[in-house]
Amino acid sequence: MIRVENLYKAFGDQRVLQGVTLEVNTGEIMIVIGRSGGGKSVFLRHLLGLLRPDAGRIWVDGVDITGLRGRALDRVRERYGVVFQGGALFDSMTVFDNVAFPLREKKGRRRPGEIRDRAEEKLAQVGLGGAGHKYPDEISGGMRKRAAIARALVTEPEIVFFDEPTTGLDPVLVNAIHHLILDLHQKSRFTAVMVSHEIPEIFEIAQRVAMLHEGVIVEVGEPKVIQESANPVIQQFIRGQIEGPIRVT
Amino acid sequence: MNRGPTATLLRPVESLGRASLDVVESLGRFGFFLGEAAVWTFIPPFKVLQLLQRIHFVGFRSLSVIILTGAFTGMVLGLQVFLTLSRFGSEAFLGPAVALSLIRELGPVLAALMVTGRAGSALTAEIGIMRITEQIDALTVMALNPMRYLIVPVIVAGLITFPLMTAIFDVVGIYGGFLVGVKLLGLSEGTYFGEMQTFVDMSDIMTGFWKSLSFGVIVTWVCAYKGYHTGHGAEGVSRATTEAVVLSSVLILVWDYFLGSVLP
Ligand SMILES: Nc1ncnc2c1ncn2[C@@H]1O[C@H](COP(=O)(O)OP(=O)(O)O)[C@@H](O)[C@H]1O
Ligand SMILES: [Mg+2]
Repeated sequence: MIRVENLYKAFGDQRVLQGVTLEVNTGEIMIVIGRSGGGKSVFLRHLLGLLRPDAGRIWVDGVDITGLRGRALDRVRERYGVVFQGGALFDSMTVFDNVAFPLREKKGRRRPGEIRDRAEEKLAQVGLGGAGHKYPDEISGGMRKRAAIARALVTEPEIVFFDEPTTGLDPVLVNAIHHLILDLHQKSRFTAVMVSHEIPEIFEIAQRVAMLHEGVIVEVGEPKVIQESANPVIQQFIRGQIEGPIRVT
Repeated sequence: MNRGPTATLLRPVESLGRASLDVVESLGRFGFFLGEAAVWTFIPPFKVLQLLQRIHFVGFRSLSVIILTGAFTGMVLGLQVFLTLSRFGSEAFLGPAVALSLIRELGPVLAALMVTGRAGSALTAEIGIMRITEQIDALTVMALNPMRYLIVPVIVAGLITFPLMTAIFDVVGIYGGFLVGVKLLGLSEGTYFGEMQTFVDMSDIMTGFWKSLSFGVIVTWVCAYKGYHTGHGAEGVSRATTEAVVLSSVLILVWDYFLGSVLP
């Protein structure tokens, strides 16, 4: 279980997180929604230990990671898989090498060929069986996202973070990737924290949805609860209305 | 906060203090970066493949530009020094004059400046792009230390390649001086190389070696640091690249003067 308590973060005098509190249960898909520039990526980067909060705590299965550094933090990260907003594939490596990379660099002896088999299996699962020899800049945006998902999941992580895995893709691809994530989740039962704007599709795949607005989680609950919420902020957001408490600037 | 007349008076002092703190902080970060890389250099596992790639990147790809500039530097030296020495009737010393200027000064400095332009800028751009596209963050969250994977191989490659590049620059330059002095202006071959052997000491060669070694660290350190701490977007990368080249070049010249006055 991931527990976030009263997280504060400011860059200069721009206050981004102003007391975020959230719990993510083991094995669930938690989707965080909120405006662009609202601090969702900043929030995720705290869970990854890439940013340090000004105040507040984060526990991952009882381990407080806010004060951790070096080896201790790496031990938590070894359980993570991360799909970054832009994919963050290593552009000097082929797609196959990108997916094999985390396996090659992990300690522990492996039977020869095992790394290749596992990387190829993951590539096939995301539908990139034939594209392993290509470089990231030779494939389409949708393929890059799928390659990033394959790389994040190849180590069979317990906790997977997705930062807008479908933003900028066409509706068919959005659906394909959502099904892919659901499928993989059913197979390996990882805990997922996902940032996404895809309304209404996310209500189909999330166990719970949390809305981040003006630096705090304004509401969190099952998709049905969020969809029927009386909170005007949420109603405006999921309907995409211009008029309402969310100011368009 | 007190906004009385004293506060207004003190505002310039306050912003001066803040600016100085910023400078001290970034200097500290800059120094800490090298220290951290130094520590990770000695902690296994060592990334041999990455190191070989970096040696290829920093060294091999700069080879043509080193040979070209080395040849012309030697030829210019041969011509100019010959003309100067002939006024005193001491053309015989052309060999040692060319060799000493190349080995002690021009070889290390010009080779370092050339590699900065050829490989250093590319290095900053590459690491900068890895930063803004979150590839460095991806390494970090895979529990793989980007210092070990990215920075240490670059700095060690600098230590290995800069002395080699400098040696090549020196040899090619001496041969360029030979072409002009001996083949073109008619000095005897025996005089050119014979006097060189008499006057060039091991200590001269060591001076050049220490210079090139330290330039190797300076250039790779500055270029890697600027890429690693690049600003936002494509503009951030282009600014980082410019800053890396300018800062490397300035530091090369300053450090050259310093070493020149300390080393024998
Ligand atoms: N490293 C940083 N330094 C300064 N400002 C940042 C940094 N990271 C994010 N921000 C700012 O924080 C705000 C939230 O950004 P982000 O979390 O990326 O939004 P989003 O919800 O779209 O993912 C933005 O205004 C952004 O400019
Ligand atoms: Mg974001």
